[in-house]
Amino acid sequence: MEFNDNLPIYIQIMDLIKSRIVSGQINGGDKLPSVREFSKNLKVNPNTIQRTYQELEREDLVFTQRGMGTFVTEDIGIIKRLKKDMAGTIVNNFIVEMEKIGFGPNEIVEIVSECIEKEDK
Amino acid sequence: MNNIIEIKNLTKNYFNKRALDNLNLDIESGKVVGILGPNGSGKTTLIKILTGLLRQTKGEITVDGHEVGIYTKSIVSYLPDRNFLYNWMKIEDAFQLYKDFYADFDEKKFEALLDFMKLDKSMKIESLSKGMHEKLNLSLVLSRNAKLYVLDEPIAGVDPVARDQILDAIINNYNENSSMIITTHLVRDMENLFDDVIFLKDGEVVLQGSAEALREEKGKQIDDIYKEIFGE
Repeated sequence: MEFNDNLPIYIQIMDLIKSRIVSGQINGGDKLPSVREFSKNLKVNPNTIQRTYQELEREDLVFTQRGMGTFVTEDIGIIKRLKKDMAGTIVNNFIVEMEKIGFGPNEIVEIVSECIEKEDK
Repeated sequence: MNNIIEIKNLTKNYFNKRALDNLNLDIESGKVVGILGPNGSGKTTLIKILTGLLRQTKGEITVDGHEVGIYTKSIVSYLPDRNFLYNWMKIEDAFQLYKDFYADFDEKKFEALLDFMKLDKSMKIESLSKGMHEKLNLSLVLSRNAKLYVLDEPIAGVDPVARDQILDAIINNYNENSSMIITTHLVRDMENLFDDVIFLKDGEVVLQGSAEALREEKGKQIDDIYKEIFGE
């Protein structure tokens, strides 16, 4: 995996895992790959993966069971909240970009509904 | 945490050319540390002093609390930046040489690494490509159960597939009880491996710190910081 954002690697890996959880590629209660396995897959330092898991744990998205590994939370509420947060970020970025090219709130809503209608057909 | 390497006021002159200039540096044990800098910045000189191949002009250097000497050589596994095996050898001979020379050489580990690298003991050193050379040398070096691994340009001049294999081998064989020092100017390919990075320029440390903290602070990847420092 290439890490191109201007963010620390552990944050980029956190985002990767979050998007997999939200999109259902990883389900609540699933075991995440071991630190070593994951570090091999992504070709990053094992300590970076360790840090990633620690930070995810701090956000209550995963929990560690001694000797068993790291698991995704089974709390659907947390996953829903994460999904909403991520949607919020995407929409905010979108609005900022649209404002940059001169669109106001009403026009943005119009364009979005038009696009969605087109996709539905 | 204790330091595997401590360097104080280290200076090295080659006649009247200064290769290292009053260098001060501590390296924590258990970490993978990247020493980054262009050609001629003093990386290899530093490593040669560390491994006892060169003597410093001034200053102090200790490895695991000892001055460079017999003890430190027994705990440091060193990958030079050029080929160190004889052309008449087969891989088998190189294996025997390492087994004889180093008490901490792990035969099983070596067999597993050879297998992983798709090399065979009956191959002649002479017939190996550059990438295969690098793979063999790294296999030998990683097969020692050393406290400190020093890898000088492990992926220079190697094709992308072999490069991936080499990175995999490094990650697989890294453990928390040992430390690694890796020099490179191929920052993009290796930066995700490093806990800490040290930028060397004209024999001096111009920047050092935790790789992730530097990314956070500068809002850039290490490769971009490298270009910023050295790209004038």
